[in-house]
Amino acid sequence: MAAINFSEEQAMLLDTAREFCRNKSAIPVVRERIAEGAPYDATLWQEMADLGWLGITVPEAHGGLGLTLAETVPIAESMGQHLLGSPFLATTLAIQALLTSGSAAQQERWLPELASGAIGTVALTEEDGNWQLGDVEAAGSLHGDELVLSGRKSQVLDADAAALLIVSIQFEGATRLALIERGQLGPDGVRRQVVIDETRASYAVSLDGVRIAADQLLPECNLAAVERAALLLISAETAGGLAGVLHTIVEYLNTRKQFDRLIGSYQALKHPTVDILLEQEAAKSLVYHAASVVAAGDDATADVALRMAKAQGSKAFAYAGDRAVQFHGGFGFTYECDAQLFLRRAVWCQHQFGDERHHRQLLAPALLDEGVGV
Amino acid sequence: MTTAQELAEFEREADAWFAENKPADPGFILPETFMEVGTDRQFDFLRDWQRKVYEAGFVGMAWPKEYGGGGVEQAFQDVATRAMARHRVPFLPNTIGLNWAGPLILNMGSDVDKARYIKGILSAEDIWCQGFSEPDHGSDLGNSQCRAVKDGDEYVINGSKIWTSLGAYARYMILLARTSTEGPNKYAGLSFFLVPMDAPGIDPQPIKKLTGEYGFCQTYFDDARIPATSLFGGEGEGWKVAMLTLTFERGATGGQAGGLSSMDMSVNDVVELARRARRNGRPAVEDPLIRDELVELMIEARGHQMMGVRAGIPALQSDWPAAVAMSGKLRGSELKRRMCKLAVSLQGANGARFVAADAIDGGMWQRSYFNAFSATIGGGTSQIQKNILGERVLGLPKD
Repeated sequence: MAAINFSEEQAMLLDTAREFCRNKSAIPVVRERIAEGAPYDATLWQEMADLGWLGITVPEAHGGLGLTLAETVPIAESMGQHLLGSPFLATTLAIQALLTSGSAAQQERWLPELASGAIGTVALTEEDGNWQLGDVEAAGSLHGDELVLSGRKSQVLDADAAALLIVSIQFEGATRLALIERGQLGPDGVRRQVVIDETRASYAVSLDGVRIAADQLLPECNLAAVERAALLLISAETAGGLAGVLHTIVEYLNTRKQFDRLIGSYQALKHPTVDILLEQEAAKSLVYHAASVVAAGDDATADVALRMAKAQGSKAFAYAGDRAVQFHGGFGFTYECDAQLFLRRAVWCQHQFGDERHHRQLLAPALLDEGVGV
Repeated sequence: MTTAQELAEFEREADAWFAENKPADPGFILPETFMEVGTDRQFDFLRDWQRKVYEAGFVGMAWPKEYGGGGVEQAFQDVATRAMARHRVPFLPNTIGLNWAGPLILNMGSDVDKARYIKGILSAEDIWCQGFSEPDHGSDLGNSQCRAVKDGDEYVINGSKIWTSLGAYARYMILLARTSTEGPNKYAGLSFFLVPMDAPGIDPQPIKKLTGEYGFCQTYFDDARIPATSLFGGEGEGWKVAMLTLTFERGATGGQAGGLSSMDMSVNDVVELARRARRNGRPAVEDPLIRDELVELMIEARGHQMMGVRAGIPALQSDWPAAVAMSGKLRGSELKRRMCKLAVSLQGANGARFVAADAIDGGMWQRSYFNAFSATIGGGTSQIQKNILGERVLGLPKD
């Protein structure tokens, strides 16, 4: 079993990303963006594009760096630690969809643009909140050269600012992916949705009556590849979030006094905080392990490693956020306390692309019946 | 510098040796760690095994040659230790010597000490035990009350120590005792001794464990006289020396002789049991609730494994760099306890059986579950470990 291969590129990206996120995404800045209702900062986004982050997995021929998904992990991790909201996740997933399912022409048309700062997103989830990406109701039918779409997508990240959306639909008895340009959606086609993590811009997208060219269908429909990328990036964000929330907890435990004692001296708070520390260490380890396995390209092993990382991280981050609120006492119940920012982020991450129960259920046959072993 | 090729060659050599020399099943149930050696035949069997491993050159490989070690790089020992795990051979019983006393003596002992003690530790000729805990002060080592009073060229020891594994077989003990009740705090009066167990007045009494078996002693000191040269470090430096010893035990510093110190058990063994053991007429592995618990344990085991791997990559340290190294004992012991606990639950009503020929696997899982507490309690309970991690790694205030 591959363990952890840490590349030089990863090391460099990790250094840069840590520094960048620490400087650009202090908590007051995060709160300011939330208050403005615009979690996405165009200047910051352009800086990220200039650093080459959006083109990490884009082949050099299309203006990218030609690296693997493993190299996006340090960035997602650092963003997670500092609660930085940006279209990085959405755009990276759109790039993965194009890379694994798109035609040469579609890749040629879109990858250079996405690598240099155009926003992309994927619209896979629907209103019933089903995590099984093949189960979609939205549909498309051919009318001459045109594909006429119907149905609604939910929780589509950054849809309003996106130049393109990659949408899953039913088409001629199979689930397929189609590429929609933002301008092809109707004026009321994109509506902001309230989501628990206020650093995210999430949208409901209506496909009713949307007409696109038939060649906007992607020739392949590799939903598993998009899911793998999502699990890796969200797990990385989760591992970073665990470190962020742990700093928040420790700082409060080291300053707040009750009954003349610093509350961090009470074992009732100290011991669960150590549990969170160790879960944080496990999360980081499982994520970098998963990154190595994904980069190595063996899908069956990658699925196990990714589901393990997502299951462990989801549970641990949700627990840490929950305890962070509790340990802040009365202050924890207020909007002013930063604990809620992490709890919101944790619950969001937990419920995207499958929570811990979902992934454990999928792991069971692989680990117990097919005898993968650990 | 050793090449990968040399290591690979050595690995083949070690593999061949352990395949060839793995002892046959002795026909009686073996202990899982040095803390569970309850009968003479178990002890003799394990001591013979360690001697054989030492004579073949697979333990103490990175310890200095002049004192009986192998004088090669640690990488060779790591290869040999992994080979032992792979071949599931018995553990090396002189655990305190190999992992505590030996590294300590090599770290701060004189040349005379090294010449006197190291070879016997490796060959299991001289078994070591530890005298840190006391009946009334379990994890609170700093509060040790066992007294050592200097009298001419001897120290006179009075008091008792508990959980002295292999006490009845040991030739030496590392002892933490109080030489003074003065001083600014409770730690200042402690001193550290390398005690010959055959000194008059030392009486190790076996203790019956929760499993009903033997393995520990309570060691009584009744005007026991030991040579003054047994003092290790200066008078009053016992706490410092004990803490250094514990860093070897917690695996944070390296320097141990290598080799297995317990019978290996992995979560895969529990999964294998789940295929054989039955709940309500079906293999336990088909029970949906059991499946979920098994998967959770496997995730935890993988996390534990990968933490060790990640710890070797400096750039991937977390914001709390000491966390992985300092939590090894806590994580490992708690994982094992929960694995055994689930293994018992796989057995339906037979979970309520205990060690007996007609129990599932001879009752091994129930016994392992009970014995697992030795590691969650010994060497500082899991709760003390969490205090240490909270205070030293996270910087939280003392309680």
